[in-house]
Amino acid sequence: MSVIVRLPSQLRVLVGGAGEVAVEATTVRGAIEALEATHPGIAPRVLDDRGALRRFVNVFVADEDVRFLDGLDTIVEAGQTVSLVPAVAGG
Amino acid sequence: MSFATGLICRECGSTYPAEARYSCDFCFGPLEVSYDLEAARASMTRASIEAGPASIWRYGALLPDPGEEPVDLGAGWTPLRRAHRLGEELGLRELWLKDDTRNPTGSFKDRVVSVALSSARRLGFSTAACASTGNLATSVAAHAAAIGWPSVTIIPSDLEKSKIAMAAIFGGTVLGVEGNYDDVNRLCVELVAEHEDWAFANVNLRPYYAEGSKTLAYEIAEQLGWRTPQQVVVPVASGSQFTKVAKGFKEFLELGLIEGEIPVLFGAQATGCSPVATAFYDGAEVVTPQRPNTIARSLAIGNPADGPYVLDELRAHGGDCGSVEDEEILECIGLLARTEGIFAETAGGVTIASLRQMVRRGTIDPDKSTVAIISGHGLKTLDAVVDTATVTATIAPTLAAAEEALRFHSLVAAS
Repeated sequence: MSVIVRLPSQLRVLVGGAGEVAVEATTVRGAIEALEATHPGIAPRVLDDRGALRRFVNVFVADEDVRFLDGLDTIVEAGQTVSLVPAVAGG
Repeated sequence: MSFATGLICRECGSTYPAEARYSCDFCFGPLEVSYDLEAARASMTRASIEAGPASIWRYGALLPDPGEEPVDLGAGWTPLRRAHRLGEELGLRELWLKDDTRNPTGSFKDRVVSVALSSARRLGFSTAACASTGNLATSVAAHAAAIGWPSVTIIPSDLEKSKIAMAAIFGGTVLGVEGNYDDVNRLCVELVAEHEDWAFANVNLRPYYAEGSKTLAYEIAEQLGWRTPQQVVVPVASGSQFTKVAKGFKEFLELGLIEGEIPVLFGAQATGCSPVATAFYDGAEVVTPQRPNTIARSLAIGNPADGPYVLDELRAHGGDCGSVEDEEILECIGLLARTEGIFAETAGGVTIASLRQMVRRGTIDPDKSTVAIISGHGLKTLDAVVDTATVTATIAPTLAAAEEALRFHSLVAAS
């Protein structure tokens, strides 16, 4: 199923400048792996050495933070958007 | 001279030069200032520190390079007072209060702002800015005024009147945002992308800014006679002060400047904004943001940037985090004032009430030396107490009326 991954400006250079990329996936992890297969270098930026989501990367599926869903195993429906958003420290 | 070497990512260890950068290009983690502690060890001594100024800049070797001279209103070197009467009240054998109400603008924020604006000037900025719950705005505006810089401070529009006045009196631009601090913070992250020539103390200058809080630990250790306390209670808003106090004690121990063990740090939050205490008690690794609703406005950060690091520190050393109701906060502002003669803002009430709570539940050991950080002055949050702290009686200007009122109130007190 085709889902859309929305990328922050810092990662767009890895996909030739595009803000959104369509990939075939059914979970968040699948979407990141699919993106890594076609555009190597993305996965190490958002996942740590153990394959867990890095602490300062937020992932939203249809505007819901996946940390409050099923994390990387969160199901993504066809046509839904997976947004990768850096958590910016302030305050 | 400063032994700072540059910036390092707290998550993945990527390094960067000492420039205005606050998140890691690789993994988006927050950056912090790194130091050549080997070189520092070779040249720093207790005597070299004691010969320095009576301000945070006596520890300049372990702060970011301030350039030719620091932006300095005299932050730091505040009193560490033995609190016999409050200690007795709370059942603590050795209690100390770090009285940071005694800073130039009345809060610990002067420490971080002095460091942030010194770095900002060295890096070529000429406008100061910040996202603030009030105290930071006041300190940024004051330090900017003293060096002739324009300032733009951004705060929730419904803050205490006294805090808004303190921020505005220095003549900078104060933007009141219709929203809470977390809304203000998000806005400032967007603004910093549009105004790259503005030095936001706690956004693009955050790695430098945060270092200023280490001086609380340095001072406490030096004032105790170059030794660590065993327990320290620190109020938690963004969590930056908490994590940097921990870093300060570790650096001093690593440099061999002080005796003792790494102290156990304890957090203090208001129940109306307790995302870190909640995550700690839930055993969560992630801090779930809250919508703040507490009189402790200076601690009302529902989405704390350094929350994960506070959790790491609490869990690594057997700490705990208090969570106290607004009524307890007000009660403990009074308790602190009544027993020690210190008038603290609401955050100080949170600290003392949390200390009491953690002593009662047994996580703070009453037989160990304990320091509580009192981070801001009570005049900043007068609104919180004006209804209860008021005249005992209103009388006619006659001896008879005075005697009658005194007799009445001593009878009331005795009954």
